[in-house]
Formats: sequence, structure tokens, C-alpha cells
Amino acid sequence: MAHIPDGVLTMPVLLGGGAVSAAGTWMGLRQIGPERMPQVAVLSAVFFVASLVHLPAGLASVHLLLNGLMGVVLGMAAYPAIMVALLLQAVLFGFGGLAVLGVNAANMAVPALLAGWLFRRLRRPGDFSRRTALAAGSAGGGAVAATALLVAGSLALSGQDFLPALTVVAATAAPVMVVETVFTAAAIGLLARVRPELLDGQP
Amino acid sequence: MSILTLPPAAAGSLIARLNPCTRVVAAFAFALAAAAGGGLAAPVAGLALALLLAGLARLAPGRVLRRLLALEGFMAMLLLVLPFTVSGTPLFTVAGLTASAEGVRQALSIALKANAVAVAALALLGTMDMVTLGRALARLGLPDRFVTLFLFTVRYIDVLHEQYGRLRLAMRARAFRPSAGLHTWRSIGWLVGMLLVGSLERSERIHAAMRLRGFTGRFPRLDGQPAGALDWGFGAAHAAWLGAMVLLGLP
Repeated sequence: MAHIPDGVLTMPVLLGGGAVSAAGTWMGLRQIGPERMPQVAVLSAVFFVASLVHLPAGLASVHLLLNGLMGVVLGMAAYPAIMVALLLQAVLFGFGGLAVLGVNAANMAVPALLAGWLFRRLRRPGDFSRRTALAAGSAGGGAVAATALLVAGSLALSGQDFLPALTVVAATAAPVMVVETVFTAAAIGLLARVRPELLDGQP
Repeated sequence: MSILTLPPAAAGSLIARLNPCTRVVAAFAFALAAAAGGGLAAPVAGLALALLLAGLARLAPGRVLRRLLALEGFMAMLLLVLPFTVSGTPLFTVAGLTASAEGVRQALSIALKANAVAVAALALLGTMDMVTLGRALARLGLPDRFVTLFLFTVRYIDVLHEQYGRLRLAMRARAFRPSAGLHTWRSIGWLVGMLLVGSLERSERIHAAMRLRGFTGRFPRLDGQPAGALDWGFGAAHAAWLGAMVLLGLP
């Protein structure tokens, strides 16, 4: 529900998204020293592969977004990681597009950064309890909700005609949000127990 | 079988003989030009060019067709809703809802543009080795770190996808059947958590091995061929068509 294809948005929205993403990617890249490069690339690859994982949710089948998880583990470096994964998805599978790359990256990476910030606010460092899982769940679900809002916003900015259709975006986002909340809580809960330094090491 | 090795452009085809940088620039220029135009004439011209490019890359028709139908579900729904939400001259009525001619035109225009860009991207970039694409991005001036991240990611996607398949098989062997419910969603969470733990450890070992061999955090730039007469010729024709497309789309 988050990959907007080419041809939908108007030029000003494309340019705005491109500018935000260029700045975000540049800032994120500055955080990736040679030591962190493999870690960021692994997360970027996970984000890419997640789009191929379909999960049943009620009547429909949804695919994971994973931007909350990216923000929680990577912080600012999530931006370039999402950018790279989206470029590959567009080229290899035709998910999303080329001119909208900036907008799509912003729609997913800005919520990722917010989710990372929220997670670090809610969780105490060194904690492995239920509280960590709860913080991760809210980060995961919140990131999906924020992405849906931004997708709806990009469409609304591109034309008044899209306004009534925005309920479609909300309807497709709701199941993803529920699944992603539970999913992120479980994934980060496991990481906190097995590799706690991964979650505590971030600024 | 790797998910990254798409069938390449037929050897000797025009697209395969172009410089990778030319292909990258042509693909992004195409996407931007398509975004600029409205109406129906410009998207039709765009789709014609995209199909011509697919022909020049000698793509299998089945592959092009699959990409045409790959629009995500929510976009398809959005396009279906559009005729009924745009006001204008009534065209037909379904279950009490009236579709307007303007709405149908607009939905058609968007669908044509989206598909044209998707096919052009497939013909120009999807037929390229991803490592070649990474090098082309470097030559086009993207930051070293971005390109390094891109190349590492390309490397890890296969590893991860393979590992993901192994873990899913292990779950199936233990009678896991995905269904809508907490149990499934949590199990998949743990699956991806395990995937991360395993891959991160592996990536650290790979990185240590690379450092041992003198890797300093960036790959050396391999200078490819400079743009030749073919690239300039193709670029000029491509640009002319795109220019005509933008003019057609002007209101």
C-alpha cells in the first residue's frame, strides 16, 4: 500500500519528495562509517526481501513494510537503507517507480526515523522485558500509520480528485498496521534478548 | 536461483550495447518526462516508446506483459474508484454510481503512464546486472557511500532470501501453516529476528575478512567505457521523443 507508481503524482510533489529524500539520504550516509556498512546493508536487504513475504490478515493478504523495524535498529541510517531497497524494488520488480523514488522513500523513511525516536523514548537502555516489546510494537504500528498518512497526503497534494479515494488507502493500511505491530514487537523482542548491543549501541 | 538475476538484454541488442550510464539516465529522464504530461496523447506516445525500447532490448513478450499487470492492489483500486469520484459528463452507471468521462480519461491516463514507465525501466535497467547498475551510479556522481551500500545490499539480498527460504522450510517441517492470527504474525516476527541475527553475524565475518584483504570502506572505481557514437545517437533520439511527449502533454 505504500509504493506509489510513476505517473500518479504531479511535478511539484515529485520535486518536493526528491528534495526531502536527497537531504535525508545525505544525512543518513554520514552516519554510516565503514564499520556499520555491512549492518546497514543487511537491514536494507531485509527490507527488500520483506516485500516478498505475504501474510494472511483477515480476508486479504498483506506484505510487510518493515520501516518501523528499520528505524528502531538503524536510526538515521534507515533513510539511505530504505532508499537503496526502493531503488532495487523499482528496477527489479516494478514496485513503485523511478521519478517517484524520492516521494516513496520519504513516505517510508520519515516514519522510520520517527519510529526509531519513539522507541528510544519508550524503552530504557538495557531493558529486555515486555516493555521493550511494547515499545517496538508501537514503533512498528505507528510507522505504518504514519506512512499511510504520508501516502494519502502525497495523493491529496497531487489532485483534489484523489480525496474520496483516500479511504482506500486507510482501508488497506489498517490490516498492515495490526500485523506490523505484532510482528515488530516479536522481532525486536527477540533481538533484545539475543543481540541487545544492537539496540543499545545506537545514538 | 537468485532473485536478482533477471534475464539480461539479448546480447548484441541495441540496449545491451549501450553504455550503462546512458541507460540509467534514459530511464530516469523517461520517468520524469512521463510525469510532466497529462491528457491521453502523451501517455500513449510514452507507452509506444516504452514498447519500442522493450523491442530494442528483445524482451520476451510474456515478461513485458507480467510487468504491465504488476500494479499494486491499492493503486488498481484507486484507479477503479477515480471515474466515480471525478465530476463531469456522465458516461455510464454501475449500481447507482455514475462514472464520468473525465474520470475515466484521468484513470486511463494514469494507468498508461504508470505502465509506460514500468516497461521502460524494465527494458533499460531490469536487463542490467545490478553490480553494473551500481558502478553506473558511481560514474554518474552518486556518493561513494551510497554506491557501496547499494553493492553490499545487492550482495546480501541473495544470502538473506536463501536463508529466509531455509527458515520457512524448517517451520513447515514443524507443521507451521500461516493463517490470520497472533501466532502467525509473531512467528514471522521471530523468523525475521532470527534472519537478522544470523545475517548480521555473517556480515561481520565477511567484513572482517574483507578488511583483512585491505578493504577500506569503498570499492575502487572501475572506469568503464566512455560514451560512444551509439550512446549519443540513442540519447538524442530518446530526448527528442521525450521532448515531443512533454509538448503533447501540455494543457
